[in-house]
Amino acid sequence: MRMPAVVNIVRTASLAAVLGVALLGNAQATEIDADQQLKGPEAFEHIEDETERSRAMFKEAGKVIQHPRCVNCHPVSDTPRQGMDMRPHEPPVVRGPDNHGAPGMVCSTCHQPENVDSAGNGVPGNPNWHLAPRSMAWYGKSLAEICTQIKDQDRNGGMDMDELIHHMAEDSLVGWGWNPGGDRTPVPGTQEKFGELFAAWAHSGAHCPAE
Amino acid sequence: MKITVNGSSHEIDAPDDMPLLWAIRDRLKLTGTKYGCGVAQCGACTVMVDGQPKRSCVTPLKFAAGHDITTIEGMDGAEFEAIQTAWRAIDVPQCGFCQSGQVMTATALLKEKPAPSDTDIDNALAGNICRCATYVRIRQAVRDAADTLEA
Amino acid sequence: MSVTTTSLSRRDFLRSAAWGSAGLVIAMALPGRGRAATMDTQAANSSLIASDAAGFAPNAFVRIAPDDTVTVLIKHIEFGQGPFTGLSTLVAEELDADWSQMRAASAPANAELYKNFAFGMQGTGGSTAIANSYMQMRKAGATARVMLVQAAAEQWSVPVGEISVDKGRISHAGSDKSAGFGEFAEAAAKLDPPEDVALKKAGDFRLIGTDVPKLDTNIKTNGEALFTQDLHHDDMLTVVVAHPPQFGATMKSVDASAAKSTPGVVDVQPIPTGIAVYAQDTWSALQGRRALKVSWDTARAETRSTREITDAYRQRAQQPGRKAASRGKPEQGGDGLAKTLTAEYSFPYLAHAPMETLDCVIHAKDGAVESWFGSQLQTGDQGTMAEILGVKPAQVSIHTMYAGGSFGRRAQPGSPFAAEAAHVAKAHAKSRPLKLVWTREDDIQGGWYRPLNVHRLSGGVDADGNVALWDQTIVGQSIFSGSAFAAMIKDGIDPSSVEGAEDLPYGIPNFRVTLHDGEAGVPILWWRSVGHTHTAYSTETFVDELLEMAGKGPVEGRLAMLGEHPRHAGVLKAVADLAGGLDASESGRARGVAVHKSFGSYVAQIAEVSQNEDRTPKVHKVWCAVDCGVAVNPNVIRAQMEGGIGFGLGAALYNEITLEEGGRVAQANFDRYRSLRIHEMPDVEVTIVTSDEDPTGVGEPGVPPIAPALANAWRRLTGDAIRDLPFVKIS
Repeated sequence: MRMPAVVNIVRTASLAAVLGVALLGNAQATEIDADQQLKGPEAFEHIEDETERSRAMFKEAGKVIQHPRCVNCHPVSDTPRQGMDMRPHEPPVVRGPDNHGAPGMVCSTCHQPENVDSAGNGVPGNPNWHLAPRSMAWYGKSLAEICTQIKDQDRNGGMDMDELIHHMAEDSLVGWGWNPGGDRTPVPGTQEKFGELFAAWAHSGAHCPAE
Repeated sequence: MKITVNGSSHEIDAPDDMPLLWAIRDRLKLTGTKYGCGVAQCGACTVMVDGQPKRSCVTPLKFAAGHDITTIEGMDGAEFEAIQTAWRAIDVPQCGFCQSGQVMTATALLKEKPAPSDTDIDNALAGNICRCATYVRIRQAVRDAADTLEA
Repeated sequence: MSVTTTSLSRRDFLRSAAWGSAGLVIAMALPGRGRAATMDTQAANSSLIASDAAGFAPNAFVRIAPDDTVTVLIKHIEFGQGPFTGLSTLVAEELDADWSQMRAASAPANAELYKNFAFGMQGTGGSTAIANSYMQMRKAGATARVMLVQAAAEQWSVPVGEISVDKGRISHAGSDKSAGFGEFAEAAAKLDPPEDVALKKAGDFRLIGTDVPKLDTNIKTNGEALFTQDLHHDDMLTVVVAHPPQFGATMKSVDASAAKSTPGVVDVQPIPTGIAVYAQDTWSALQGRRALKVSWDTARAETRSTREITDAYRQRAQQPGRKAASRGKPEQGGDGLAKTLTAEYSFPYLAHAPMETLDCVIHAKDGAVESWFGSQLQTGDQGTMAEILGVKPAQVSIHTMYAGGSFGRRAQPGSPFAAEAAHVAKAHAKSRPLKLVWTREDDIQGGWYRPLNVHRLSGGVDADGNVALWDQTIVGQSIFSGSAFAAMIKDGIDPSSVEGAEDLPYGIPNFRVTLHDGEAGVPILWWRSVGHTHTAYSTETFVDELLEMAGKGPVEGRLAMLGEHPRHAGVLKAVADLAGGLDASESGRARGVAVHKSFGSYVAQIAEVSQNEDRTPKVHKVWCAVDCGVAVNPNVIRAQMEGGIGFGLGAALYNEITLEEGGRVAQANFDRYRSLRIHEMPDVEVTIVTSDEDPTGVGEPGVPPIAPALANAWRRLTGDAIRDLPFVKIS
């Protein structure tokens, strides 16, 4: 399993390998951080080969999809992460039977219908705050793996391409990524532009990047 | 703002972003619900909102209005009584400050899972800090309460 | 609504039937809760004023009411360690009371009546509550019993010697008469207390040594227990203070215009520790504080990072400091020894982070001051508030409230928090009750930490496999220096810096412990088990490594060096028996052991540990043996061992206060100053070693062994010796 980026490192020599993995994870986050722009589909019109164009657009969409704001709640395990450093969620929580938390400690125990910033940096919120199902785990996966996964109706909640486009462009929990509240870094661009990009990818054959 | 606490309706003259915690404690003087961290880390402020546990310190009044709020002072029912009895039987509290929150969360757990596993107990109560670390007894008391309910 | 404690006299309190008035007083503060009639009197501890004697008050500690209830005035603060129950047990034992009639309440601040014999003033700490009260409280109970019996004998016209007392009933078998204590309360009150009273022999104890239920459990289970945070008075304001962001910084200027126009804010005043915001409620006060625009003068602030401070300490640790203990020829070092080992340890600043943050209700009125808070050193707090507010100490009353934990935080030499409360009262023009509240952020970032320490140890094993050298240098800030406890510093050695190291129990021929006073502008304080928090760790992990070098087992090797210390050896053998030795119960796990004496009590622990998926330690179970002399309440002793283990484990795994470049504290709340949580709590099994020695404390001694027991297990499991705490670094 992948190690958390930066945090919970036991400071012992034997964990050098663990540290290495952690640093890789961090580098990924920093790279995204540096480019807050999201290109729309028009920026890819010059690519004549449709497959290549489609792949390029998905790679651009990856700036959003692989952003910590999104990946934090698409964990491989049963626990979400938080922050740009993708540290484990504190307090500790688990997905529970329906991805909305465990009995006695559900997401809405703390998360409100909207961001609450009254307490310092506050608690982010959405009426439907919850974890992505385990089949939609993105944490630690390559963009190619995520792409294949998104298209696979056995793993994407049974959505066809139109439903996927609607989900990416309209879903309010997806949209939270652009309005995270407090001093949280939002994902690049706007949900509208992301929706256009995703739709253009879908209509250009929905080709996945090689890696 | 009008909020309903323990079955009674109260008009609270306060901004709508004021956390429910302070309305309960400072305005209604219901002090069983505690301030411990203010950022949903410790669970000492846990109340029930429509039967679900909520951290009142991060629940603005605007999201509490129109809902049925219960503090520890207004709790009753088989699960709550079983928890109270189990807590007392083995003297769970030390300083006692976090225990209202522990009791509220434990009651919420038993209402949904009358026979919780140790993992269920951990998952539910991992959000409730006890600096005295009475956790061994909290775990035991929840098990004991579940046994009582089953019998 | 208000708590009318100011007007409730002791006489009113006693005159009312069945202690009902106390319940009523509380009920007034809590409209609509509907359960006030069943309120336990302990919740009303703040409303007791003991000076106005009525009913039967044979001494400063025992009050017997006409309804048979016996209230014990407890001179020690109750924050979970159990003195309300423990001290009441001592009284009830000698009084032959029934446990169900016992009540407890906080004693008022009065050093003459309620001093801690270990301190010479009123206060709680050093795990002394039971130890210093053991004879005093038993005599208080025995005195009351003698007087009740005498009153009964006179009323019944029978010889004193024919009267028996059992479970709260006074009886004369010959005349078949029997009555409760209350019936003779009035008559007994007219008698002169006896000069001297006989106490029971240990074999006759009926309550001491049993698990009597704790007196404060019920109200701490249903939300009724009142803490300082819960008090409300008519016309009361809530106050929060904006403190400087670095230690030693002061206010340069403040723009309070936005704060003052915040709804609910009534007043903003500079005080020596910052800027006080007074408001109608807590939320308004917090909003007002956020609106302050303050610029700070950092000219005299500590601006170094903890990394820089630690590096400076490491430098100093390379040379021996002032000598705290020495025998043999430690200065010869490892010459002639078969194997040697040198290790450096670092221990971070630690916040106490009690669940209830610091708070105080204070009301200065008509040349007197009344206060309600979790005062742990009442005499010092009283004097400090008196000086600031220009009254005599006797004019300052302190109602010691239940406190939501302390772990040392509320015991403040110099009383900085009581001083802040007094300044808050002084700065506000109107005389009214004020509730000063610290937020969690104020608490975590507010200083008064367990000091940062660096230890350097050199040791060696001779050709026969015996540990022959132990040379330890400690660098850390002195807790006692400049405090009311400075007189305890002897020959430049603060005993709280070297305790647990300079008195190492192992028979090592060449031995030395030296001390450097570390310099840092960070305010520091004792933290549950004080110096033992770090000395137990360095000594018990270092000896474990030396024994391994010597080819000796952790238990056997220690026992072989404990010839002069049978009680250390006793708990070590007991814990090994309890755990069934040091072999782990399954593969992938390892066990480690540690033994340590602190505050007169001996504790040994074995921890069984594995690795979590993220490579952090998982502690499955801890076995614990404790020898604290006579076990007054085994249930409370077990609880303190369980809690001490959890508290110490959380700190060892996660806790460090770090100062960033520039001196700001990096942690602010429980997200990054991580507390142990329930899923990380090991199972705990405790055995209490039977002893006839006078009782010693249990509030702290459970803490020191857990971190080294964990570290020794971890080293056995992974090969890694953890020498820089905490185990887990949180970004």
